[in-house]
Amino acid sequence: MTGGRDQLPLLLGVIPFGLIFGALALQAGLPPVAAQAFSFLIFAGSAQFIAVGMLSSAPAGLIVATIFVVNLRHALYSASLSPHLTPLPPRWKVPLAWLLTDEAFAVAALRYRQPDTRLAHWYTLGTGLTLWAAWQASTALGIVLGARLPDSWGLEVALPLTFIALLILSISDQPGVAAAVSAAAAAVVLHGLPYRLGLVTAAVLGVVVGVGLQTWQSRRERKEAMP
Amino acid sequence: MSQGGVWLVIVGGMLVTFLTRFSFIGILPAERLPPVFRSGLRYVAPAVLAAIIAPALLLPDGSLNLSLGNYQLLAGLAALAVAVRFRNLWLTIAVGLAVFWLLRTLGG
Repeated sequence: MTGGRDQLPLLLGVIPFGLIFGALALQAGLPPVAAQAFSFLIFAGSAQFIAVGMLSSAPAGLIVATIFVVNLRHALYSASLSPHLTPLPPRWKVPLAWLLTDEAFAVAALRYRQPDTRLAHWYTLGTGLTLWAAWQASTALGIVLGARLPDSWGLEVALPLTFIALLILSISDQPGVAAAVSAAAAAVVLHGLPYRLGLVTAAVLGVVVGVGLQTWQSRRERKEAMP
Repeated sequence: MSQGGVWLVIVGGMLVTFLTRFSFIGILPAERLPPVFRSGLRYVAPAVLAAIIAPALLLPDGSLNLSLGNYQLLAGLAALAVAVRFRNLWLTIAVGLAVFWLLRTLGG
């Protein structure tokens, strides 16, 4: 499926993280079954890392609340894809929501910009399943290999590089540029905020700047059109 | 933490993660929201991606690093230039990784 194929470059960034997560979870004292269950059931990379890091020091309720906050950005993805996905029956909505990660959203959002989106939900399913399978396999491999992983491959840089390419492809106008630049600046300034709140705040700010500029531009065009 | 506590975290984490992702797709459709909210949706992807990328490149170890020793940043800038010029996913990643490996090989 083309959705799975377009997800392949992102796997380069995802697989090392899965390996590291599997190894880390064992180090944190989790039994292998629980370590795999994190990836199998939660399926959210950064939230999983933070949760495992908190296991020894925080009560379960606080960890679940942290997972919620870290994944709040997924509500933005949900809202962004909602015009396309709400007409689908529940048997589509539930799995597509389940599989809606950063990487799946980035690829699916590009697909929904194309003129013909009739089969785009199949495409989105393909990206999500490919990613899910890779995440399970790499977590399992991390559990098996433990800490014996070479960190000399430099694959940690592959994920930001992939996101850069997707970022540029997702920008189609000046407000898009403004949204990206302001979100980037805000994310750097706010990165010290706990529970990844800086990321969510910066993203919302970027969206507000984009909408603001878009509104201002269309108002100016209307004024210029008048005699 | 006890075994029971770990499973509580896993099942609880699964529920909150799914509910966040399902929120607007399955519970409150975006069509019922005001138009200004809907016009913002097209900027979600660029804003979130930029907010993930910028700290990863500029703050690789948690503090601001604008030196020439920040290979992630240099590779990222090369990738950005290629992405803007060619708008090609594979080429962007290939050039970025090549720059990163080259810098690390030369710089140690």
